Amino acid sequence: MSTPRSLPTTVTDPEEAMTHSIQTTVLDTPPVRDVPPTPRAAADPSFTSTLVSTIGSLGPSIIVPLILLLGLIAAAVIPSVLTPSGPLDMNPAEAFTAPGAAHWFGTDESGRDVYSRVIHGARSSLLIGILATVIGLGLALVLGAIAGLGTRAVDFGVSRFLEVLFAFPGLLLALLVITILGPGVVTTTIGVGLSAAPGYARMIRSQVLSIRGSGYVEASIVQGKSRAFIIRHHILPNVAAPLFVLATLGVGQAIVWASSLSFLGLGATPPDPEWGSMLSLGRLYIGNAWWLTVFPGLFIVLSAATTTLLGHGIQRKLKDK
Amino acid sequence: MFSPNDTPSTQNEPIITVRDLKIAFGSKTQATPIVHGIDFEIHAGQCLAIVGESGSGKSVTARTLIGLTGANAVIQAQTLQLRGKDLRRNSDRAWRKVRGADIGYVLQDALVSLDPLRPIGREIADSLRIHTNLSPAARTSKVLELLAAVGIPEPEQRINQRSGELSGGLRQRALIAAAIALDPALLIADEPTTALDATVQQQILDLLAERKAAGTALLLISHDLAVVGQLADRIAVMRQGEIVETGPTAQVLGNPQHEYTQRLLRAVPTDKPRGTRLAPAGAGISARQHALIGAQRAKSETGDPTVPVLVAQNLRKTYRNPDGTPRVAVQNVSFALNRGQTLGIVGESGSGKSTVARMALGLTAPDAGDVRLLGLPWSTLSEKQRRPQRKHITSIYQDPLGSFDPQWDVARILSDALPDSESLTRSERRDEVIRLLETVGLDASLEARLPLRLSGGQRQRIAIARALAPGPEVIICDEPVSALDVSIQAQVLDLLDELQREFKLSYLFISHDLGVVQHVSDEIVVMEAGRVVEAGRTTEVFSNPAEEYTRKLLAAAPRLHTVPIGEKA
Repeated sequence: MSTPRSLPTTVTDPEEAMTHSIQTTVLDTPPVRDVPPTPRAAADPSFTSTLVSTIGSLGPSIIVPLILLLGLIAAAVIPSVLTPSGPLDMNPAEAFTAPGAAHWFGTDESGRDVYSRVIHGARSSLLIGILATVIGLGLALVLGAIAGLGTRAVDFGVSRFLEVLFAFPGLLLALLVITILGPGVVTTTIGVGLSAAPGYARMIRSQVLSIRGSGYVEASIVQGKSRAFIIRHHILPNVAAPLFVLATLGVGQAIVWASSLSFLGLGATPPDPEWGSMLSLGRLYIGNAWWLTVFPGLFIVLSAATTTLLGHGIQRKLKDK
Repeated sequence: MFSPNDTPSTQNEPIITVRDLKIAFGSKTQATPIVHGIDFEIHAGQCLAIVGESGSGKSVTARTLIGLTGANAVIQAQTLQLRGKDLRRNSDRAWRKVRGADIGYVLQDALVSLDPLRPIGREIADSLRIHTNLSPAARTSKVLELLAAVGIPEPEQRINQRSGELSGGLRQRALIAAAIALDPALLIADEPTTALDATVQQQILDLLAERKAAGTALLLISHDLAVVGQLADRIAVMRQGEIVETGPTAQVLGNPQHEYTQRLLRAVPTDKPRGTRLAPAGAGISARQHALIGAQRAKSETGDPTVPVLVAQNLRKTYRNPDGTPRVAVQNVSFALNRGQTLGIVGESGSGKSTVARMALGLTAPDAGDVRLLGLPWSTLSEKQRRPQRKHITSIYQDPLGSFDPQWDVARILSDALPDSESLTRSERRDEVIRLLETVGLDASLEARLPLRLSGGQRQRIAIARALAPGPEVIICDEPVSALDVSIQAQVLDLLDELQREFKLSYLFISHDLGVVQHVSDEIVVMEAGRVVEAGRTTEVFSNPAEEYTRKLLAAAPRLHTVPIGEKA
């Protein structure tokens, strides 16, 4: 920002400016009488009614995606219970059967049940999505915390490094990793995680910086608390809360990316039930067997939408609070 | 009572008439009443001040007059008239015609009420653009006129600046300029000076007085009787949605009838000698609490009682502006704080007083000079050496909420501040927390509460409890009451005073409010632009200020005026 001309009173100390904006916010809050806001009655009639009211208070924006997500998790954990046949069971006689009572989602070119394959595919997709997000966030937490807590020079170095990574479109970075490490599920996961990391790292860095400069960290320093104490008890917990939302949003993104890479033949290898590679195979027969592409595609959309909606729902809830 | 058929030019007809106004929030069936039937009217060239604490319903009342109460408000009134025109059934469209043109509204918060991305000239021109058909060139010249009228220097340059480039006082002026652009018959000002320094506050009040003299009806909303006293012709004291007392200013301030008005008047600290209670007596500190805190402090008692507890010598601190040029924040500041005494530091924003506080706390290293604590080196120590000594010096801030970790409850905030927290058992820690809560006059049941769920006064009490926890010698109070209502401020000041006498605490008390500083300080340091312009015994400085700047500050301190400025007694 340019400095104003002939303005003696404009530029103030950082602290002075702080006091001002702080006072501002205090006064800006809606009028509250100086009596304690009464907390809700602690004694509740029964546990179930508490549970029901707790779930009810979440609102549909959280409940609907939560139910869908629980379905997907069930598919990932106990796919055999939910499906009539194994994902690799072939039956050439029934190849290219259209969706119907026997095969809900139809069968593919080898007569494998598409429904069974889609349900079994949930495990690898969710796992890749979650693991990639964990890798991305873990890496980001380290980079972001180093940049946010380190000296000016360290911050400068890490930030420039992140900017270099940012110069690559996300998926391209994942492709680079896979090219170097070779295709496969594990490398896809690592690739997707790595390419998501710079974005998270930048957010974590700014979060750490703002907490580091907050009044409560300063109050803690005045109390004589050590740096380690402040990082452990103030900075990390307060960075973690918004990170949880970020992670939920990230899982959906990672699932789409991982599926894209499998679609390109860089992730899961064909016979394995994986949504991306199923999509890729089905593409050959899209003219006469639409169900081979539509159902895996639908599940990719569903899982991504579910986690994204859930993330946004939680975010809104936290903001209201 | 006048019928709506009276000609608008009638001299005696009030600009705004309100009879039996009731405001509730919620649905029609389940509404929580906020305002319970109030009456007032304002004539041209007159000023009515509505005074009350947060939550009294004064701001809601003001917003109702321009139809901004919100969708979930239920409003009932026997009469709600603007120059004889009924406002009760106004549509949104009709309200938009009234706002700006007939009623100007100066928003509560100058610091955030301007769009940071738009030049103030455009903000001010908005109402001209919407309500008139002036050409752009004519609008610009009108805006320049307005800027000059509200006393903004160099209007040709300011017109293109954004709010971030302007000081608090100039922003408030810009807001007033926007509110008076169409020369409205009624001007509503909601806490127009609350966030401002004393001298700037005086200028804004003078500006409003000018509008009043020009024939505008003025509705002033404030929590501070001392502020409104110099402007209002009539005062209505509001509490919990009712007007408890109303009358001419001289009568309300000079001879208050209602017990609540008397309490508000007592809460004004200016010109009240040290040690005078400002609020009705609370429970006080029990003998048991005294013994407990006394024991805590005995453990940490150090040094010779005759040596000043905190000494600053020739402090100097230079910051860099964004463009790299150095800016001297503090220069050659020296002071000594004696045991059991209060040293007040006054100055306007930017005078360097907060930087001094940071250096005293060992948060900012001085470029030159040093601070000694209990006769020992302090500012020259490394943070590691300083840490064990930190229990001797604690602090209270203007914004207690910001100084609490949002995820920590009261119990954790307080137990964490105990110096030997680790060596205590769970139940011992809990006892200590409850003792601290009792010491600052709070109920033990608050221990599980998050700070966000506490009122402003309670938060500041928790901050004081935290500052007491380690058994300190010195507490740095940086604008500890600036964000509080006058009556809550009175309670907090009383508490600080009581604690000081009980435990022989020493306070470094920083404030822009001279009235408060005068009330609490034994000695005082006046700062301007990073330098000490005057220092000495508070009584001497206040009765016989040696410096021009001090005199200017003193003249601007809010006092109880029983007669509006510009009128003879």
